[in-house]
Amino acid sequence: MAQLVRIRDELPLPRDLLVRLHDLMVQARALEERLISMYKSGHGYFWIGGPGEEAFSVPLGLLMKKGQGPAYDFLHAHYRQSGTILALGEDPVGALRQMKNTASDPYSGGRNFGGHYSIRRLNVVPVTSTIEVQYLMAPGTALAQKRHGGDAITIVTGGDAGTAEGDFASCLLWTTRPGQELPVLIVVTNNQWGISTPAATVHATRNLSDRGKAFGMRTKTIDGNDPIASYQELAEAMAYVRKERRPFLLEAKVSRLYGHSSASGANLVAEEQDCLRGYEAKLERYGVLDREQMDAVRVRHAEALAQAARAVIEEPQPSPDSIWDHVFAPKDGG
Amino acid sequence: MAQAIRMALHYAEEHLGVTDIFGEDVGPPLGGVFTVTQGLSTAWNTPLDERGIVGMAMGLAFAGQRPVAEIQFCDYAFNTMDLLKLAGQMCWMCNGDWNLPMVLKTPVGAGIRGSIYHSHSFDAVATHLPGWRVVMPSTPLDAYGLMISACQEANPVMFLEPKALLRVRGDEPIPGEPADPRALSKMIDAPLGDRSGWRPQWPALSAYAVPIGKGKVVRPGGQLTVVSYGRMLPLCAKAADDVAAEGVDAEVIDLRTLAPYDWDLVKASIEKTGRALFVNEDTEVTNFGEHLVRRAVDELFYRLLAPPRLLAGKAVPGVGLADNLERASVPQPPEIAAAMRELAALAP
Repeated sequence: MAQLVRIRDELPLPRDLLVRLHDLMVQARALEERLISMYKSGHGYFWIGGPGEEAFSVPLGLLMKKGQGPAYDFLHAHYRQSGTILALGEDPVGALRQMKNTASDPYSGGRNFGGHYSIRRLNVVPVTSTIEVQYLMAPGTALAQKRHGGDAITIVTGGDAGTAEGDFASCLLWTTRPGQELPVLIVVTNNQWGISTPAATVHATRNLSDRGKAFGMRTKTIDGNDPIASYQELAEAMAYVRKERRPFLLEAKVSRLYGHSSASGANLVAEEQDCLRGYEAKLERYGVLDREQMDAVRVRHAEALAQAARAVIEEPQPSPDSIWDHVFAPKDGG
Repeated sequence: MAQAIRMALHYAEEHLGVTDIFGEDVGPPLGGVFTVTQGLSTAWNTPLDERGIVGMAMGLAFAGQRPVAEIQFCDYAFNTMDLLKLAGQMCWMCNGDWNLPMVLKTPVGAGIRGSIYHSHSFDAVATHLPGWRVVMPSTPLDAYGLMISACQEANPVMFLEPKALLRVRGDEPIPGEPADPRALSKMIDAPLGDRSGWRPQWPALSAYAVPIGKGKVVRPGGQLTVVSYGRMLPLCAKAADDVAAEGVDAEVIDLRTLAPYDWDLVKASIEKTGRALFVNEDTEVTNFGEHLVRRAVDELFYRLLAPPRLLAGKAVPGVGLADNLERASVPQPPEIAAAMRELAALAP
C-alpha cells in the first residue's frame, strides 16, 4: 500500500484527470468503431474519423474554454476530431445520427458526412471535407477575439497532407503580421499520410512545425500518441497563446488506426501505434486503473453506443422538401 | 458611384455595425484602386492573398463581426472559388446552425480597356453559387441603397461593382449629398500627395436602402421588355430612347439583384409586351440571361409573340485590350438597338 501511494504522488497529472482522459479516449474510440460498424452494415454511406488521434484530440477538448461568442475559444476542426467534440461534452448520439443521416442529425440534418461537426453554442464552426479552408477562417475569429479582449483563442486543426495547400501558409502569414499578431493555436496532426501518399515523399522539412519558424512563431513537435504529454504541451501552448495573443504552431505525431476513410476499407492497421494501448499500460503501471476497470469502461461505452445506434437507425430520414430549408438565414440570423 | 458606395460604407460603419472594410490597398493611404474606400475609419490593407481575404471575412462573420471584404478585381476571385462555394453553403450545410453576415465587393466587367485580367464579368459565376445574395447596381443611388441593404443582411452578399460606372455621376442624388459635385469631392475625396493628416468631412447621410430582390422599371414601354443590370443597363436605356423615335416602344427593367431576382417584375412585363431581350456582358454560354430566357419560355411560352433573346459577351477566353477587340467582345449600343428593332418587328 505504501508503495502504491508513493507512485500516486508522482503521477504526472491529477488522478481524476488521468481517469477522465482515459474514459473520453475510450468513448471516442468506441464511437469511431461504432461508426465504422454502422458504415459496414449499410447504415451510412461513408466513414471518416479520428481513431488513433484520441491521445491528442481529447486533451485539446478538455483544455478549451467552452462557450459561444468571442469570449470563448473557437474551434476550426478537421474531420478527425470526435475526441475533441466528446471532451467538450457532446452526446455521442449526435455523431451516430450524422452517420445515419437522419433528420435529427444535430450537425447537418442529414446533409453531411459523419465527423463533420457544427456546434454554434460551443464555437465549433462547421467542419468541411476540404482539408485546408479552416486555416483561412481561423485568423478571422481570432481577430474578433483579440478585439474583444480577454484570453479566448482560436484553435485550428488539420492534417500533414493539408499543409501542402497554400491556405496553411496563409494562416502562418495572417497570424504573424507585424504588430497585428493573432491568438491562434495552429495544430497539425501528422499521421504521415495523405490518403495513400506518404508524407516522406511530399515534405522536405524535418518537422512540419519548422515552417512556423520562418514567421517568428513559437513552434513544437510533440508525441500526439501520449495523452499526458499532449495535455501538458497543449496546456503550455494554449497558455502562451492566451497570454501573449500570438500564434503557436504545434505539430502532433499521431496514428491513423483505420486508414484514411471507408474509401480505403476502414480496417484496423496493426502496424500503427495504438495510443490507447500505450496509455492503458501506463495507467496500470501508475496504479490508477487496473485491467478489469479499464475493460469495464470499454464495455460500458461500447454497449451504450450499440444501444444508441440501434435506436438511431430507426429514426426518420430528412424529408425531400427539406432541401429548401436554410438556403438563407432569416433576417435576424436565426 | 465610387463616392456613393463610399458614403454607404461610411454610414454602415457608423450605424449598421460594419466592423471591417478590407482588401488589397483598401485602407489608407490609397483607399482602394477605384477610391471606393477612401477615408473610412474601419478600412485596412490586407496581404496580397485573395483566399486569405475571403477566409478572414468568413471568420469575422462567424465571430459576430460584420465584414465588408474586397477582391480588387473579380478576375482575381477565381482562386477563391471553393471559399465562395463554402460561404454560400455554410448556413445550409449545418442545417441553419450558423450564418455568415458578410459582404464581398468586387469590380466587374469591361469598359475601361482593362485587358484580360481586369475585364471579366462575374454574374454567371456568382449566380451559380446558391446561398449568396448577388446585387449589381447601375446608378450611384442604387449602389448606395444596395450597399445599405447588403450591410444589414444575415447572409453573404456579393456586391458586383460595374467598374466602368464607378466614375459616373447619377441623375438622382444620394440623400444628404451636396448639390455641387465639387463640394462633395472636397469633402470626401482624399487629396493628392501626403494624406496622412487628411480626414473626410462626411455629409449627413441616411439609411436609404434599396431592398435586395427588387428590380425597377427604368423606362416603361409596351412593345418589348429589355432586362439588364450593371454597365449594360444605361446602354439599354439609351438604346430604348434611340429606337423610340423609330416607333419601337421598349420597357427597360434594371434587375439590380441577380439572386434572388425579381421574377414577378420581369414576368409581368413580358406578359404585357410578349417580347423579351436579356442583355449582359458576361460570356454567353451558361450565362445568367440564358436562365432568364429558359424561364420565360417555360412559364410564358403561350404569351410570347417572339422568341426571347439573349445579347451577351462573346464566348471567348478574355476581353482583349485593343479597342476593336473589347468592342467586339461585349455588347455595344448599336447591337443593343438593333436587337430591339429586330425583336419588335417579329410577330407570330
